[in-house]
Amino acid sequence: MVVDDYIIDLKHVKKSFDGHEVLKDINLNVSKGENVVVLGKSGTGKSVILKCIIGLITPDAGEVLLFNEDICKLTYNKLQKVRRRVGFLFQSGALYDSMTVKENLEFPLVRYFKLDKSELKAKVEEALDDVGLLNAIDKTPSELSGGMKKRIGLARTLIVNPEIMLYDEPTTGLDPATSREISHYIMDLQKKYHDTSIIVTHDMACVKLTANRIVVLKDGVCYMDGTYDEFERSTDEFIKSFFE
Amino acid sequence: MKDVSTGPNFFSKIFSFDVMKFYEEALIKVWGLADFAYRYFKEVFVPPYDVKEFVRQLFEIGYKSLSLLGLVAFILGFTLTLQTYPTLGKFGAESLVPSMVAISFIREIGPVITALIFAGKIGSGIGAELGSMRVTEQIDAMEVSGTNPFSYLVVTRVNASTLMLPILVFYSDAIALLGSYIAVNVMGGMSIQLFFANVFSSLSFVDIVPATIKTFVFGFTIALIGCHEGYNATGGTTGVGKATISTVVLASLLVIIEDMIVVQITTLLF
Repeated sequence: MVVDDYIIDLKHVKKSFDGHEVLKDINLNVSKGENVVVLGKSGTGKSVILKCIIGLITPDAGEVLLFNEDICKLTYNKLQKVRRRVGFLFQSGALYDSMTVKENLEFPLVRYFKLDKSELKAKVEEALDDVGLLNAIDKTPSELSGGMKKRIGLARTLIVNPEIMLYDEPTTGLDPATSREISHYIMDLQKKYHDTSIIVTHDMACVKLTANRIVVLKDGVCYMDGTYDEFERSTDEFIKSFFE
Repeated sequence: MKDVSTGPNFFSKIFSFDVMKFYEEALIKVWGLADFAYRYFKEVFVPPYDVKEFVRQLFEIGYKSLSLLGLVAFILGFTLTLQTYPTLGKFGAESLVPSMVAISFIREIGPVITALIFAGKIGSGIGAELGSMRVTEQIDAMEVSGTNPFSYLVVTRVNASTLMLPILVFYSDAIALLGSYIAVNVMGGMSIQLFFANVFSSLSFVDIVPATIKTFVFGFTIALIGCHEGYNATGGTTGVGKATISTVVLASLLVIIEDMIVVQITTLLF
């Protein structure tokens, strides 16, 4: 059996919602070590692709291979094991309201790692220090700003050292300075914790900083695939519209 | 196009359409609840057991309900006695008041009223909490982190509620009897020893055991509905509101229906 060298591989993925075909025929592959940015206008199914990869949404047709396993065919327990190797940063941060920042970060750790109290504390403090929010350790999510929530969300995701990171619009709703800060954190933490990522965004500053490769979605298919420089030089009207 | 806004077919067309839709939605809801309950029974014995969260829920569900339930039970016990004392007094049967209040409270009023208040306070709280966690992607975040949110959120809440409601009903019954004792002494006079001697002499196995069993069923039902509605909430804050309302309506309705069934079974068995 020939096994592809892709860590993520989407083959002819289709997905409709209430009769509206969002993904018509998506073919996307990501090799180990790549940082792929998925670009596209609002409603083109960028977040749907990420949710298909992690198994939150089941495609109507096609295959979603993660670590060479078709996640649509896995049992729930096997899927959960695969998910532990993947990090997902939600658009809103999705911090647990009823817990403090410390408890949010400890939540995945206490379940899958046998750590004593001092190791747990050291891990949490290191992750918070990485995103510059060590002083927020005892705060609750309601006491944090939008940018802080994203940084804590990033720390919570990376604390378990995932092999793949999926970012769903990491800079949306933030001011340009905070967006730039988040993009830099993504780059710095990628070097430290993991080596493969897919970033869904339409923030071109973030794209320029983070992308090895860009995939543009249009009308439910992958419209163009290339590097930032190739896209910048493109004469295609649709591609040019992202750089205006 | 034929105008259906007037004429003899108007009401039947509108009515039959609504009835069909109502039955369809009701069947989908019942199926969804049955499936949810099946998943609960499948996962309740599967480790890891979230003991810390279960204990937190016992505190949230049990301890934090004491003041409200105590106040309501006291007022009900007090007013029930005030209402019945003069009537029984006409027949010279004031000494039967403790027995009457005890039997009516322990058999019926205590479990049902406590369960209805519980549905309004705890059921709606569970529906709203899980609903807001669903629409703000917190449940998805648990799912993608490899944690089983059903086990962490649903199993712990249903277990805590099933265990706490019977204890809360015992507590409500005790407070109601205290309210009744005070009312008896407002209307006339009776020593506390005589009052509770009358209470305990009138109670039997048939009064206590079936009433206690049904409170376990009520606790399970209320939490299961709250979790089901919240866990499957959609459509942002409107969805959270809908989940909360439907939890209270469905849970209250099911408590009454279950009570009716348990009373029938109890009558047949004992």
